[in-house]
Amino acid sequence: MSTEEIRSALADIVNEVAGIPADSVQLDKSFSDDLDVDSLSMVEVVVEAEEKFGVTIPDEEVKNLKTVGDAVAYIERNRSAA
Amino acid sequence: MTGLRVETGPAHAALLGVGAYRPARVVPNSEIVDAIDSSDEWIQQRSGIRTRRWADDSETIVSMSVAAAQEALQHAGLDARQIDCVIVATVSHLLQTPSAATAVAHELGTDQAAAFDISAACAGFCHGVALANDMVRAGSAGYALVIGVERLSDITDPTDRGTAFIFADGAGAVVVGPSETPGIGPVVWGSDGEHYDHIRSREDWRDVLSSEEPRMPHLAMKGNPVFRWASYSMAKVAQQALDRAGVTVDELDCFIPHQANNRITDAMARAMRLPSSVSIARDIVDAGNTSAASIPLALHRMIQEGEARRGDLALLVAFGAGLSYAAQVVVVP
Repeated sequence: MSTEEIRSALADIVNEVAGIPADSVQLDKSFSDDLDVDSLSMVEVVVEAEEKFGVTIPDEEVKNLKTVGDAVAYIERNRSAA
Repeated sequence: MTGLRVETGPAHAALLGVGAYRPARVVPNSEIVDAIDSSDEWIQQRSGIRTRRWADDSETIVSMSVAAAQEALQHAGLDARQIDCVIVATVSHLLQTPSAATAVAHELGTDQAAAFDISAACAGFCHGVALANDMVRAGSAGYALVIGVERLSDITDPTDRGTAFIFADGAGAVVVGPSETPGIGPVVWGSDGEHYDHIRSREDWRDVLSSEEPRMPHLAMKGNPVFRWASYSMAKVAQQALDRAGVTVDELDCFIPHQANNRITDAMARAMRLPSSVSIARDIVDAGNTSAASIPLALHRMIQEGEARRGDLALLVAFGAGLSYAAQVVVVP
């Protein structure tokens, strides 16, 4: 999957969980400050992303995923490691 | 050597009556927000809770239990003397011994019914229903009372942002007894003690008493890990309870999860792909999280408001400190 494909699939998850338009889920956006994804919604996004991309995102890692770009990069790194 | 004679009970058991007690005092979010530097909007968005009930000094674990049980007995058309066992599920009976259940059994006017408390936190009520179902079917109780009751306001830290707005007080009760047809499905239950620390009293009593400034060992909770476990692992447990009872989501009428947080209920319903025909319990909105009392309180309300009708299939799933969990499908009385 390309970076854009991962971003787009992640945007669909954010849309489904938090009702945020998928178009606004861009790499430079902060989940909490720009997209209003609170910590409980973030848990849901993480669980759905784990299933979708076949990665494991531990609780202690979640706080490092501040922007959509952070999450996409984490997914890319851990998909290729698998 | 003479072999022992053994007894068995009827083939099937069911819930025969439901009762509830809600404390008189309604506590809106506006009374909570200052101590946790929060807002009504944040609490509602975070949990769905608008108001909750907190007990006053006269609304004790025993008195609330007795009130809920009396209504359940009346609903079942039974007299207290017909009850053979009283099970009280609670984590907030602050007298270590004896159990609350013996006092409840006495005040109800049972004929020295067996009585004991169980400690399975928010999962306590569904544990109690499983025990009562087995007791009736094994012949060790003709009729059993299961009561979930809490005064969590006593053990909640009003300054803890993670819990102060969540926990509340109340009691709910059911009567379990014999039935012509199965009324309580197989229980799916278990524990995950690896996460013993996720929800717990901050300290044990010895640590409290040896401290320079003794204070109530309030409940502490790791919110996000608990949210993840409850939303996803418990959706699987709920699905297993349906499968074990041979019921599909399309045949289900009511979904009554422990009223922990509306966001958990939403995530579970989505994970289980519940159809819109299933009525979902939302008692938490004005009852808060009453731990062991939440499921019977929600069931009682759904019956009163016509959302759950006699004969409906309701899926109960309870989960909490331990971590412990239990789920079963029941027929609404």
